[in-house]
Amino acid sequence: MSRIIDVHDLNFSFGSGALSQPVLKNVTVSIQKGEIVLMTGPSGSGKTTFLTIIGGLRQAYHGSVRVLDQQLINSSEQVKVSVRQQIGYIFQQHNLLKSLTALQNVSMALEMQNRMTEQQRLDRAAEMLKAVGLGERLNYKPDQLSAGQCQRVSIARALVGQPQIVLADEPTASLDKQSGHEAVTILERLAKESQTTILLVTHDYRILDMADRIVELEDGVIKEK
Amino acid sequence: MNLVAWIYFPARLAWRQLIFDRTKLIAATCGVLFACVLVFMQQGFRDALYASAASAPVKLHGDLFLMHKQSEAMWRPVRFKRSELMRALGNPAVAEVYPLYLGLAPFKNIETRGKRTLMVYGFDPDSLIFDIEDIKNKRTALRLKDTVLFDEYSRPEFGPMRQLLEAGRNVTEVNDYKITVVGFFRLGVSFAADGNIATSDLNFMRIFPDRTLTDIDLGIIKLYPDSSITQVQAELSSQLNEFVNIFTYDELLQNEKNYWANMAPIGFIFGFGTVMGLVVGLVIVYQILFTDITNHRHEFATLKAMGYEHGYFIRVVFASAFFLAILGFIPGYFFSLGLYHLAESKIFMPMPMTFGKAMTVFLFILSMCMTAGFLAIHKLKAANPADMF
Repeated sequence: MSRIIDVHDLNFSFGSGALSQPVLKNVTVSIQKGEIVLMTGPSGSGKTTFLTIIGGLRQAYHGSVRVLDQQLINSSEQVKVSVRQQIGYIFQQHNLLKSLTALQNVSMALEMQNRMTEQQRLDRAAEMLKAVGLGERLNYKPDQLSAGQCQRVSIARALVGQPQIVLADEPTASLDKQSGHEAVTILERLAKESQTTILLVTHDYRILDMADRIVELEDGVIKEK
Repeated sequence: MNLVAWIYFPARLAWRQLIFDRTKLIAATCGVLFACVLVFMQQGFRDALYASAASAPVKLHGDLFLMHKQSEAMWRPVRFKRSELMRALGNPAVAEVYPLYLGLAPFKNIETRGKRTLMVYGFDPDSLIFDIEDIKNKRTALRLKDTVLFDEYSRPEFGPMRQLLEAGRNVTEVNDYKITVVGFFRLGVSFAADGNIATSDLNFMRIFPDRTLTDIDLGIIKLYPDSSITQVQAELSSQLNEFVNIFTYDELLQNEKNYWANMAPIGFIFGFGTVMGLVVGLVIVYQILFTDITNHRHEFATLKAMGYEHGYFIRVVFASAFFLAILGFIPGYFFSLGLYHLAESKIFMPMPMTFGKAMTVFLFILSMCMTAGFLAIHKLKAANPADMF
């Protein structure tokens, strides 16, 4: 199996000089294609920082971070953008665009794919929304949907482009137990169907059972279980 | 990526975000509308000024015009000798020459006995140098001693002359000299004079006792048909003394306009007003776009995390600026149209809404919005996904 995410001796610190605050210390992790990896750890342990580096949102300078065969250490903006386009991102809040309907929100993820026609985009987005159980809510705006429904829309948005990797940053944190569980179950099911790799950061011990592997991060150091 | 998608998608997002919050959209539109009306009014007043400044020369009927080089404009001419004008007759293409005498004088309101300055035009009634029917028709009456024609478009402060005339009260004073108003013509007020009267050259000398027929303010030259105006102009400039300017009709108009635009502070005032309107609009639009980016920075950061490039958001901001320009301009245009009509009926100044003026103002407003967009895009840096999540 190929290593789709391969991190070696990643060091990262905020600030510079005397104020430098190390967040990640010699982190080494690799994730295979199709794996579902959960990353846990107390707040401030560097989980989100790690995720943003993998997702090409934050620039790291020391070590090696290979994602989809692209080196992200000291990478150009172009490399980061191309990695971002191949990754689905799910945030702690749903982060949907308030002014767009569920359908429009999901099809935003396809707008960068030039080969598709607008109709194909909308069809794919609608299909994806049906898959997350929101086929009846295509034209609702985020403020007409519940928090759980919004998070499902954002799952649909993350998956609609058929990314190889989905990164999720505490996707259940703002949801109650039931809708949180629902959302994660949908994510798991769809990921398994399409062989998508998932790296999910969470505090939530109720969802640990979906993981193939659990990685714990504490004070910037990895403890594999 | 093809060009349509390149601009269409960000423009569509900008539009959807704009129409999502109707209250804010209306407030934003009002800001642009305000700037738009301000600029339209300044432009309108300025053009009205130019049009009215040239109202007298517009009605003059001649091919070439002689003016002293030191004359800045028709309302404050420097006199020169009539003989200079007569010398033009030496050119075989010149058919007729006529002097025009100009003077500002107080006119006594028949009712209130208040005095107010107006412009007095003195000329040979038979010369037909004014292309105004009422003056041509009244030329026999003007040949009589102490008769004048009154400009109906003069400001109302001179008194309701038409009613007074119908009531038989037609005697008043100009420059403390008793005259009789024998009729009306239509010329229009300017920034130099609130009203006009026309009279014969002989009556002019009676009204202004210190003037003589030999010292003239403007010379009007009529050529034989089929003669080249520019050629005669060139010939005359070598034949006549160099202290006179020889203008064609268009050059005379341009000279008058230039005076008000450049020599007089008035052109500057309206230019300044236009700039201020644009600056106010710029600040408003900048503020709107800036708050918009601030409010949407989470959404922009999300899109960035999904792989949208920075340029996409720049296009979103410029598209918003473009839509605001259009949305503000359309009602601003109609609002200004109404105000133009109001101004025409209240201050008796011509304020036409021309296509050229609408285009100019639109380009002003568009560049104003685009500049605001340009200034606002630095705020996009705040939409950094790494700092957001």
